[in-house]
Amino acid sequence: MPPIAQALKPTAAPEAPASQADVVALPLKRQPLAERYGPMVRDIAGRVVPPLIVLTLVLVVWQLLCSQAGSRLPPPTKVLADTWDFIVDPFYDNGGIDKGAFWHITKSLSRVAIGFTLAAIVGIALGVLVGQSTWAMRGLDPIFQVLRTIPPLAWLPLSLAGFRDAQPSAIFVIFITSIWPVIINTSVGVRNIPQDYRNVAAVIRLSWYEFFWKITLPATVPYIFTGLRIGVGLSWLAIVAAEMLIGGVGIGFFIWDAWNSSRISDIIVALVYIGLVGFLLDRLIAALGHVVSHGTSAS
Amino acid sequence: MGTKAYLNFEQVGMSFRRGTLATEVLRDIDLRIDEGEYVSIIGHSGCGKSTLLNIVGGLLKSSTGEVFLEGQVVDAPGPDRAIVFQNHSLLPWLTVYGNVRIAVDKVFGSSKSSSARHDWVMHKLDLVQMAQHKDKRPHEISGGMKQRVGIARALAMQPKVLLMDEPFGALDALTRAHLQDSVMDIHAKLGNTVMMITHDVDEAVLLSDRIVMMTNGPSATIGDVLEVGLPRPRRRLELATDAEYTRCRAAVMEFLYARHKLPSRAA
Repeated sequence: MPPIAQALKPTAAPEAPASQADVVALPLKRQPLAERYGPMVRDIAGRVVPPLIVLTLVLVVWQLLCSQAGSRLPPPTKVLADTWDFIVDPFYDNGGIDKGAFWHITKSLSRVAIGFTLAAIVGIALGVLVGQSTWAMRGLDPIFQVLRTIPPLAWLPLSLAGFRDAQPSAIFVIFITSIWPVIINTSVGVRNIPQDYRNVAAVIRLSWYEFFWKITLPATVPYIFTGLRIGVGLSWLAIVAAEMLIGGVGIGFFIWDAWNSSRISDIIVALVYIGLVGFLLDRLIAALGHVVSHGTSAS
Repeated sequence: MGTKAYLNFEQVGMSFRRGTLATEVLRDIDLRIDEGEYVSIIGHSGCGKSTLLNIVGGLLKSSTGEVFLEGQVVDAPGPDRAIVFQNHSLLPWLTVYGNVRIAVDKVFGSSKSSSARHDWVMHKLDLVQMAQHKDKRPHEISGGMKQRVGIARALAMQPKVLLMDEPFGALDALTRAHLQDSVMDIHAKLGNTVMMITHDVDEAVLLSDRIVMMTNGPSATIGDVLEVGLPRPRRRLELATDAEYTRCRAAVMEFLYARHKLPSRAA
């Protein structure tokens, strides 16, 4: 019975679209501006409103849970009140490690920049080697597969023993953490160069060197950037942990220091900053990949 | 052996080895193609016609026999045997122009100046009516247009033999007809020697001077060669009722579907 009822509906429909069209036509004449920007505004609102709603809900629940007397964590209003000076002036510098958020974050970012850049260069080079040579793959791949499972912080004591200095040790931890996805994705990309491209290169007789620059690298770019994105995420994870142990200026040690002096609100603000910076790093690499690969890399 | 042919197959055979199992795909291929001739190779799928083309292209090495081009043994790929691939094989990160230019730069890098190479690329793109789309990337153009670029790239290498591996196979019927007309025009203008793989009877008769018909694999070989005595230029509309066209078409059909019917496989 229900299918028949549904089947009958369309025959009754013809009047309805006409009346709908009338309703649309009126505002179109009155407000051409709203008509033109309406879809765009609606599209943006559709993306921005849901996360705002969820965020508000989370904050409200948090506020309710932590507002009772004797709660161990501060509610959002108290966090804001405690850290207002810290938030509004990220550039203060009272010497030592008593600096604004900007200095801590840029210090951490500079460590990541050096370590990650080294990892990208060495990782792409090793990835190409492993991808192109069967023997290099057989020799190196098992070692990579074992080494990549070692947690970043497990490397720190060893690198401290080797470098005898906090700064290069932290950079080494970044390097060793972020290099594996770069190597693995690059080698997969090189191995997956379509036979079609190899045939074209063979017909026009590209030399090894030309093949590398004109075929291998461009064909592998989407894979490389997938590796770089995972790598930059991992290195941002690792730097915070490493800085907690090595001390000095940096957002990681800032959190540890705040914990030691029971500034829980500072910790919460720092967590938000770390999350936002991590997100921006990911988007940055994705956007870079999109530009470099002419839109063939997913962003 | 004997008098010089432009492109000469002598006892070409091909076997693929997988472990201890050897499969003979082609055997005893003897064929001579003259300069400027348009030859189609037709046969059922799996008869090794693409293998044969890849041997001429140098992408595969024949197990027995040799292919000679102007008396020289063919043993490696090269721009004198440019290939138009079935799936166009354009490099997605290069523009239409860039895809042709990379070949021109490689082939004429030492013999033509940069501006001469530019003109050369534009001329070939013009020939396939793609000049106005030169800055587009492969994902922005249709399948037929991609194949036009593939043809331009192959022509731009100024090959001695143009090898086409089912060049219109992946296209819809209308686009295919357009492209076939373009290829006929180009062949009339440039007089290239062409070896084309196809499984389309009408296409073979319309375009070819000779049609080489392959028996079924394994161990496929040349079953028959048909001369297409149609004068050029050929117009597809007039041919529909032409007696010679009908005769050729019937001959190929008879070969493919009566004498060498694809054995029905137990699926």
